[in-house]
Amino acid sequence: MAKYALRLTVIAYLFFLVAWPLYLVGKNAFANGLDNITGILEDPDIVHALTLTVQVAVIAVIINTVFGVGISLLLVRYEFPGKRLLSAMLDVPLSVSPIVVGLALVLVYGGRNGWFGPALENAGFQVIFSTPGIVLATVFVALPLVIREVVPVLEEVGDEQEQAARSLGANAVQTFRRITLPSIKWGVIYGVVLSLARSLGEFGAVKVVSGNVLGQTRTATLVVEEKYLNFDKGGAYATAFLLALVAVACIITVSILRPKEDR
Amino acid sequence: MSIEIKNVNKRFGDFVALDNVSVSIPSGQLTALLGPSGGGKSTLLRIIAGLESAESGTVEIEGLNATKLPPQKRNVGFVFQHYAAFKHLSVARNVAFGLEIRKRPKDEIRERVNELLDLVHLRQFADRLPSQLSGGQRQRMALARALAVQPTVLLLDEPFGALDAKVRKELRDWLRRLHDEVHVTTVFVTHDQEEALEVADEIVVINEGRVEQIGSPDELYDQPANDFVMKFLGPVTQLGDRLVRPHDLHLQVGERDAEAVSGRVTRVTRIGFEIRVEVSTGDQVVTVTLNRNEFLSLGIGTGAEVQVRVAPDVPAVVRAAA
Ligand SMILES: Nc1ncnc2c1ncn2[C@@H]1O[C@H](COP(=O)(O)OP(=O)(O)O)[C@@H](O)[C@H]1O
Ligand SMILES: [Mg+2]
Repeated sequence: MAKYALRLTVIAYLFFLVAWPLYLVGKNAFANGLDNITGILEDPDIVHALTLTVQVAVIAVIINTVFGVGISLLLVRYEFPGKRLLSAMLDVPLSVSPIVVGLALVLVYGGRNGWFGPALENAGFQVIFSTPGIVLATVFVALPLVIREVVPVLEEVGDEQEQAARSLGANAVQTFRRITLPSIKWGVIYGVVLSLARSLGEFGAVKVVSGNVLGQTRTATLVVEEKYLNFDKGGAYATAFLLALVAVACIITVSILRPKEDR
Repeated sequence: MSIEIKNVNKRFGDFVALDNVSVSIPSGQLTALLGPSGGGKSTLLRIIAGLESAESGTVEIEGLNATKLPPQKRNVGFVFQHYAAFKHLSVARNVAFGLEIRKRPKDEIRERVNELLDLVHLRQFADRLPSQLSGGQRQRMALARALAVQPTVLLLDEPFGALDAKVRKELRDWLRRLHDEVHVTTVFVTHDQEEALEVADEIVVINEGRVEQIGSPDELYDQPANDFVMKFLGPVTQLGDRLVRPHDLHLQVGERDAEAVSGRVTRVTRIGFEIRVEVSTGDQVVTVTLNRNEFLSLGIGTGAEVQVRVAPDVPAVVRAAA
């Protein structure tokens, strides 16, 4: 009995908190049939925003995956001074508000008053109010996701297989490609998917660093806000629906594909 | 000599794992590193394989100074206690791994893998994943994988430690037979003295990071260098200031004997074919083991007055540390 009560509570909780609101977004997006969706897909500025969001997310995910796997290996396989500090630092992006991240990045890379920005600007490289800044902010907020997925998997598989590979003649690169990577594959994929979902949806940090220029640095989440504030509810819901759709689809696909014993 | 270890030291933090260890391991033989848990056996084996580095000292493998070589350049086969099977690869691909790394032609790899799978009786499991094998089968796979690259030396770290007693015994006999066939210089770690005595040609006894004795099973058993080795290799009891094996003691009744010690039987225990008699000599309780016939012909029981004597020509007598 207690088991069913608990189950019911959890289902109700998830329903009211996640499923029902998400459903309503979808419902509102299709309130006028396909009009809202076709409306935004015919607006070149919105298409630009969607494309920018996807580009930024893909670049950010690639960067976070490469560094995430590297840092995970460092954390799990090596001992070095300051390791605990590094591990704690990796949680900062999750705990600090994205808007603070945005402001911090402006302080460092801002073109006029930033600590590092003017030098980059003189070298012809604008970070804040342009795509690199958006990528940077997105990388920052999604930084720990791959690491948090990969570290426990690396710990669980241990390093005996890697040692066996070394003793069989494999060098470090061969060992990584043939042994380590296949054994952490699902952790990496799951981390990539979470990062992708997070990157597509980033709002606060991006809002500060992008400058929000229509048709140039305005991303999909910023479009949603803009449309919502300008009483274009239909467009806002349609864009929001597309964002949610991609993220949810990613996560569902992976949890279906992921083999049971790896969970 | 196939493996020459000279003055190797290894510390983990403040803890001394190996203390100036020097060992020569002969070619083509089966050598056991024997000792209690935590004594440094695995550390020494891993230093030979290059999986761990020594702070000082040298390791030579077949005349080649390997001290600074990374593991992949040492051409050693290593078998882990928990198999270290490549979980995502089939049995055949596991065995083929070292050959694929060495970029051997496909045909040659297939032929060699089949040969090895026959050797370890796993041919019919070639396409299975390691998770579909039993522990014993996994370990045979790991052995085939290590042998595939034709290593100069084969190193096994408690290879049967994770298996149940029956499979362990089977694999032990099988390893001995395999070694008689393949003749690769083999070093295996064990904390089981019976396993070492039964399988090895040569035993290195290691305790607390030091080598206590090196010798054949007979030498170790009959001429232990010190009381640690004597105690570790089999049951011991103390008579006066001498450590002896309980079956090397004789009991007699009646006539006095200058070399014998008098005492009173305090306890008689029968364990299968063996009778264990405890004799109190006043300040000591000495354990003597006899077979059933010897015991019956003495006609003694608890409380009987007896004399205990070390059997003549018992080579293994050591003065016990005070
Ligand atoms: N990587 C390590 N870090 C710290 N201590 C270790 C490490 N490896 C082994 N030791 C310690 O060194 C000692 C010897 O270990 P080991 O060589 O594994 O012993 P054995 O194989 O004889 O049981 C043990 O006390 C163990 O705790
Ligand atoms: Mg060990």
